Amino acid sequence: MLITELSQIPGVSGDETRVRNFIREKLNLWGIRNHTDSLGNLYACKDGRSSRKEKGLMLSAHMDEVGLMVSSIEKSGHLRFYKVGGINEKALIAKPVRIGPNDILGVIGAKAVHLQKKEEREKALEVDKLYIDIGAKSREDAEKAVKVGDYISFYSEASSFENIVKGKALDNRAGCAALLEILQRDYPFSFTAVFTVQEEVGLRGAGVAAYRVNPRIALVMETTSAADIPEAREQDYSTSLGSGPAFTVKDDSVITHPRILERLIEVAETQKRPYQFRRYGGSFTDAGAISLSGSGAAAGVISTPCRYIHAPVSLLFLEDWQNLVEITDAFIRSVHEKGLEV
Amino acid sequence: MNELITKLCQSFGPAGREDKVRSLIIEELEKLHEKFFIDTLGNLVVTKGNQADKKILVAAHMDEIGLMVTFIDENGFLRFTNMGGVFKNILTGMKVIFENGTVGVIGQEKIKEPKELDFDKLYLDIGARTREEAQEKVKIGDTAVFLASFSQEGRRIMAKSLDNRIGCAVVIEALKRLSPLNLPNGVYFVFTVQEEVGLRGARPVSYRLKPHYGLAVDVTRVGDTPEPEFKTSVSLGKGPAVKIKDSSVICHPRVTSLMIEVAGKNNIPYQLEVLEKGGTDAGAIHLAREGIPSGGLSIPCRYIHTPAEMVDLDDVENSVSLLVELLKYSW
Repeated sequence: MLITELSQIPGVSGDETRVRNFIREKLNLWGIRNHTDSLGNLYACKDGRSSRKEKGLMLSAHMDEVGLMVSSIEKSGHLRFYKVGGINEKALIAKPVRIGPNDILGVIGAKAVHLQKKEEREKALEVDKLYIDIGAKSREDAEKAVKVGDYISFYSEASSFENIVKGKALDNRAGCAALLEILQRDYPFSFTAVFTVQEEVGLRGAGVAAYRVNPRIALVMETTSAADIPEAREQDYSTSLGSGPAFTVKDDSVITHPRILERLIEVAETQKRPYQFRRYGGSFTDAGAISLSGSGAAAGVISTPCRYIHAPVSLLFLEDWQNLVEITDAFIRSVHEKGLEV
Repeated sequence: MNELITKLCQSFGPAGREDKVRSLIIEELEKLHEKFFIDTLGNLVVTKGNQADKKILVAAHMDEIGLMVTFIDENGFLRFTNMGGVFKNILTGMKVIFENGTVGVIGQEKIKEPKELDFDKLYLDIGARTREEAQEKVKIGDTAVFLASFSQEGRRIMAKSLDNRIGCAVVIEALKRLSPLNLPNGVYFVFTVQEEVGLRGARPVSYRLKPHYGLAVDVTRVGDTPEPEFKTSVSLGKGPAVKIKDSSVICHPRVTSLMIEVAGKNNIPYQLEVLEKGGTDAGAIHLAREGIPSGGLSIPCRYIHTPAEMVDLDDVENSVSLLVELLKYSW
């Protein structure tokens, strides 16, 4: 399964090489022309059966995930680290990680609970109180395996069971998998798909990619947080699992172009597929950078709802992802068939 | 001009939904037989003057702050998020209006201390008894703006969204006065979108038009009220402000000195503006392409981002004069 395969690959922002290689292999296998730019964005040129082009249509999904980076090595051989992207710090303690190009195994450690002072126990430990233990006995020992600047990614087995998929980095490997699924299909028109880099550290790849592609219409395939959990009030869920893909009306980076939003709703209704609106108005997506690139583009976002994103393990419903794929498929066909005035 | 200001302020146009304001401005342009085009994001552009020479982009944003519905509960109450800089502590008890005319009042859940107040403690009541009844009028993603009357006392007017419909009115009025003239510079008059959510419209349109200079016409805060929250030397009624800097731009000295020179020659009162917090479209324009020397012509305004913003009509009149004289001058 593409989602679980992609989930397993380490690919923290700026270190997307292995994710890109995996995707590129698939593209080559399916005979899809592709190229990579200097930042590492991967462009797939989907050629339709007819020569008619759907000029200016771009789909995108970011390849990177949040993670950590080695900041220093203690005399004792323990590693200190920085965060790369927005991490849920409360979820870090006692989690296994993989470090650097050689995937050195480590565990995020902290003082054991019975050694902690009362106030230490009562609040989440901040990153500077945590360290990573790779079993080294000294700094010299550790330096044989890792170095300052090495990327650190969460290590958790991706798996799927009936309707459930769990694993790290579902934000946004689920989006990458959906975009790959779309690319495998046959379309009577051409468009560009971009797998972008460095979204989690500030939408850095997407702006550059959009400048190159110069799209008129862009749809970003994302994964968004679902807070449909005990103790949350329904109005604070943002999205719920099982209610279909979420359409963004606005976030902190973009107001989805009204014509795109209307068309997404129209195709979902026609297809009788469930959809929901993302209720939280905050946070950032590649659509923000894309919409403001060059002379501007009409941009929108469609997301698979996912619980526990930006943590070592997240969980989504396959049916939501499948509905995301089908609605996206119907959307781009509709843009081609009926046009979209923006 | 008063009639135009009233119409513009009473119009509906939160960030990303500027259609109605744009239509009003297009009506004015058609009266003047001006040609225009609308870009992908919705910016409205009028091209005038001698295009062979220096080109100046004059920007006034059309959008206002607002609220967006995020959830409708089973009893018909709505939850919302902000579109732009909405002060959460002034919302309780305020009326808002949707594009389709639906009116609601903002209510507040019980809180223990004022600092607990946040958007998740506020809700919107549109008089619906059930979720279904609410959904007949409003859906998730719909936006609302303040519902407020337009008032005038002496030379001062009070209205919602003078930020920045007054800027739009100043630009339209300048366009009227300049229309019969042969301008020495090329001028793009641009009515921009989505300023209130991060100067979004101005950037792509500046990229597209490649101007030599940029000038944002917008409101600015004043420091002449009792214990003002924002430090600034600008006062209401003392003339348009020549922006020196705000948090989005340090204005280009070529532009500021030209503005000061033109104001002095034409005996137009002006003040200098150094704004610590707040940005304008000039922030986006000056960073487009290889960089575009930019400035700001600001209309002093009290109580910005509330339902009763206040400007002085003498400042408005002098702002029009300064803009007209500036554009008659060869840059």
